[in-house]
Amino acid sequence: MTRRDYFWAGVRAELPLLVGVMPFGMIYGALALNVGLSKLASQLMSSIVFAGSSQFITAKLVGEGAPGLVIVVTIAVVNLRHALYSASIAPFLSPCATPWKLLLSYLLTDEAYAPAIVHYESRGIGPYSHWFLLGTGLTLWSGWQASTALGIFLGAAIPTAWSLDFALPLTFIAMVVPLLKTRASAASAFIAGLVSLGAYQLPYKLGLILAAAAGIAVGVYLEGRRKG
Amino acid sequence: MNIWLIMLCGGLATFAIRLSFIYLFGRLRIGEGLRRALNYVPPSVLSAIVFPELFMPGGAFDVSLGNVRLLAGTAAALVAWFSKNTLATIVAGMAVLTLLSLF
Repeated sequence: MTRRDYFWAGVRAELPLLVGVMPFGMIYGALALNVGLSKLASQLMSSIVFAGSSQFITAKLVGEGAPGLVIVVTIAVVNLRHALYSASIAPFLSPCATPWKLLLSYLLTDEAYAPAIVHYESRGIGPYSHWFLLGTGLTLWSGWQASTALGIFLGAAIPTAWSLDFALPLTFIAMVVPLLKTRASAASAFIAGLVSLGAYQLPYKLGLILAAAAGIAVGVYLEGRRKG
Repeated sequence: MNIWLIMLCGGLATFAIRLSFIYLFGRLRIGEGLRRALNYVPPSVLSAIVFPELFMPGGAFDVSLGNVRLLAGTAAALVAWFSKNTLATIVAGMAVLTLLSLF
């Protein structure tokens, strides 16, 4: 396969995923504008941070006036799972030159990673197979920028009387509920939720970080106990 | 902190996380403990954000039939559980909230 074959195979593998991603990008754009971010900041967050759920959280925390350091720590914690993708795809990218590693790391989101790792694990790698990840990554990136822009455009037209702010927790509910498949993950979510209620009055939104730490600890503890 | 500085720091942190193992391949290993802990980041962080939105809409704890956000959020969670569809969940939650707010 040539460079071009790999690239277009990546693009084709990514297209079906855009159906799920683009409504999400539109909701992000509309909400970011709704919490008071400028159009420019709302749009550029999609390329500077370029990570769906942490962009929603950033928009929300900025809107509530949380301190910058807490927001940055929260973004890092939420995106820590990308270290798993990085570790899992690293062997396939090890022959690449550094500029390629930098570019592909920037593009390494959940949705670009998934089809690429499936491709690499089933087909193995050749001299040009990093072009496949470039194809999935660039396709997702373009779809994310376009849908953010569309969301900002539509968001400006939504009357503020609608309780659009409620779409944010609803989006998080849609993300979290399907994750509660095991007892450990359900308990981790429940404890984190309870702690966040109890610690709500803590300054600087520190309750959020405390609650997340408690939830993670409970999940790890229960999983460890089950495995004995 | 300025919004641009927040985005820049958050973006750099995200980029560094994504680059970590790709760049340091062979020199960095992910421990079993960390791998396990990372699985619980999404459920913990997301529900830590959702709970106060539903249970303390006005800033004070409120579990009553008058708390329309709690009712709408519960309905949305049920839709999320059965449909696993983001858009359906949001539409259902907004619809229930709008309906209940009329009364």
